[in-house]
Amino acid sequence: MSDERKLSRAVRITKWLVSGPPFVYLLLFFVAPSIIMVLASFRYPGEFGGLAPLATGDPATLQGLTLETYQFFFSDVIYGYVFFKSFLVALATTLICLLLAYPLSLLIARSPKKSRDLMVLLVILPFASNFLIRVYAWMIILGPQAAFSQAVNGLLAALGVAPVHLLFSPFAVLVGMVYVHLPFMVLPLYTNLEKHDPALLDAAQDLGANAWQRFWRVTFPLSLPGIFSGSALVFIPVLGMFAIPDILGGTGDMLIGNLIKEQFLGTRDWPFGSTLSIMLTIAVLLIVWVAARLGGRRHYA
Amino acid sequence: MLAPKSKNNANSFDYVDIIKVRVSRDLWFEIGNGSEEGRHTRGAADAVISLRTITGWIIMARLELRNVTRRFGDFVAVDDVTLTIESGEFFTLLGPSGCGKTTILRMIAGFDLPDAGQILLDGQDLVDTPAEKRPVHTVFQNYALFPHLTVAQNIAFPLKMARRPEAEMRSMLGEMLEQVHLSDKANAYPHELSGGQKQRVALARGLVNRPRLLLLDEPLGALDAKLREEMQVDLIDLQRDVGITFVFVTHAQVEALALSHRIAVMNEGRVVQLDEPARLYSAPRTRFVADFIGNINQLQAQVVEVAHSHVHLLVAGLGEIIAPPSAGVAVGDQGVYAIRPEQVRIGVQDEVSELKNHFTGVVRSLLYEGDVTVYKVALADGAMIEALLPNSASGRAQLFEAGDAVKLGWRHDAGMFLRE
Repeated sequence: MSDERKLSRAVRITKWLVSGPPFVYLLLFFVAPSIIMVLASFRYPGEFGGLAPLATGDPATLQGLTLETYQFFFSDVIYGYVFFKSFLVALATTLICLLLAYPLSLLIARSPKKSRDLMVLLVILPFASNFLIRVYAWMIILGPQAAFSQAVNGLLAALGVAPVHLLFSPFAVLVGMVYVHLPFMVLPLYTNLEKHDPALLDAAQDLGANAWQRFWRVTFPLSLPGIFSGSALVFIPVLGMFAIPDILGGTGDMLIGNLIKEQFLGTRDWPFGSTLSIMLTIAVLLIVWVAARLGGRRHYA
Repeated sequence: MLAPKSKNNANSFDYVDIIKVRVSRDLWFEIGNGSEEGRHTRGAADAVISLRTITGWIIMARLELRNVTRRFGDFVAVDDVTLTIESGEFFTLLGPSGCGKTTILRMIAGFDLPDAGQILLDGQDLVDTPAEKRPVHTVFQNYALFPHLTVAQNIAFPLKMARRPEAEMRSMLGEMLEQVHLSDKANAYPHELSGGQKQRVALARGLVNRPRLLLLDEPLGALDAKLREEMQVDLIDLQRDVGITFVFVTHAQVEALALSHRIAVMNEGRVVQLDEPARLYSAPRTRFVADFIGNINQLQAQVVEVAHSHVHLLVAGLGEIIAPPSAGVAVGDQGVYAIRPEQVRIGVQDEVSELKNHFTGVVRSLLYEGDVTVYKVALADGAMIEALLPNSASGRAQLFEAGDAVKLGWRHDAGMFLRE
């Protein structure tokens, strides 16, 4: 065996050693469960949760494979409605996060190098405390006895408008969603904006572009990759989120995440829960595909 | 010269206010925007404009810096600089890094403001005009091409900002692409271009909207030596064709000498000498300029006698020699005697001995550079002199070896005395 081939074999082995463990991990804990879930969606629910057996001697009990859950999903408009509503919430959360995060990221990216790190640290600081605690904190802030609610309702009363319930409303859900996911928009945006060559803005100004044109024709188009990745990091988790609507949304505000959780922990209809999960996955993949098609037209790195 | 046009709004500039068109060597037509000169010649304008592609546009732009000073804290970056750049000139600010040349460029472009002094373009102060409204464009050091725009979109950027009509924009863009030989690259993105092509896009982008002044910030610095030489020739041609005033900033003296009509050599925020390249090289007024531009031998010297056609100097390591006279030199002045290596003759025969200033020495080292060889010769009296000899003798790579005894000499009108 020549040295070259020995070397290439060593390289191949190293590649496998490096990429092998994560590959096996994903195979075991992502691909396998996904396949199990797909199979589960074609089964009948068990009598006390779980799945009904594939085959029993007793012809009276449910057994074997069925398309029932899919028929069920497509026969009732309510599930489409929940999907649609969840999409709207995810879309609104993404847009609000983008509007809030863009100026903030721009501010951080254009600050002196020394203060930048501190500001990024402040953005990710909320991660230091537990997610549920932070969401429960919003329950207190938005609660009817809190100063914030009272101030809002006081203002409404002065305008002659009936008081509103802030907590357990779509508003509360949106606030919680935006609050939790804002750093996921700020970080990719900042990473992108920080890399922009300031000479490009000088060049644009030199060639006659005013402040708005400099932003719209240089900074914004160059930041599109950051906007896309930030949006994906916010949109996709928000779509499946159940804890925030559970805590802040009250009983009336069910999103896909809650619906799926309900199938497994509440009504114990595992096959239907699996079906909903699969539909959600397909929907997300579809969105990612469309976004990649839209974003793929950019030729620069 | 033309009178500055009358404008209602002191802060607005038209990109082409007054145009001078060269028809033949000595015949110029002037086309103005409502100015008196313009009315006289407007009838001839159509005929003249059709000559544009042959003779090029001459856009009036006389830039004056009056007592311009810029400080950064205690550091005086630009110290009371006054200079005038004539219309259509290729003007270079040359100096080591930190000499203030880039600060001046940034102040002309509008990215920085002087602490004191005025910057006048055809008599109008630019200081209150923001960078985006100045009829001045810049070619940046690393080109600063927009990576998300194609070559055509990059070049059209200033036209878009100026809101030129679509048809005009297209014809200006097409003309410019052709001028810099990039028509076939119009739809390429900057990362697909070579260094030289990027450079040409940057130039085209700076020129396309016909600024009155084009600033070039070390634009050749990122190119390799061969390409740099080609671009120098292109730059000279381009500047002559478009006739726009170029203000070029560089620390590379070779570039400055090759490209410029006039050069301002700067040091520590001041202009130390402003001259044509040949004058600057052959008659530097200070040691700094002599040292910065090209190579030069420098030896401590004292003036011992002043005659009207020459001076006698007592030079350390050489003894007494004859040098050409320099203005205001008096007996007893201390300074240096400076002589360019290519002025020094080197040989073994008597042809050197016939020269008024001649010495004997030993070759200490030599540097073979292909076209020339640079010899370092230690003279009997201890001075070390660099002499440059063209390798023009056929079949001979070099004439002397280290250790050879040689004779050095130079004409009495070569070299110069520079005061401290």
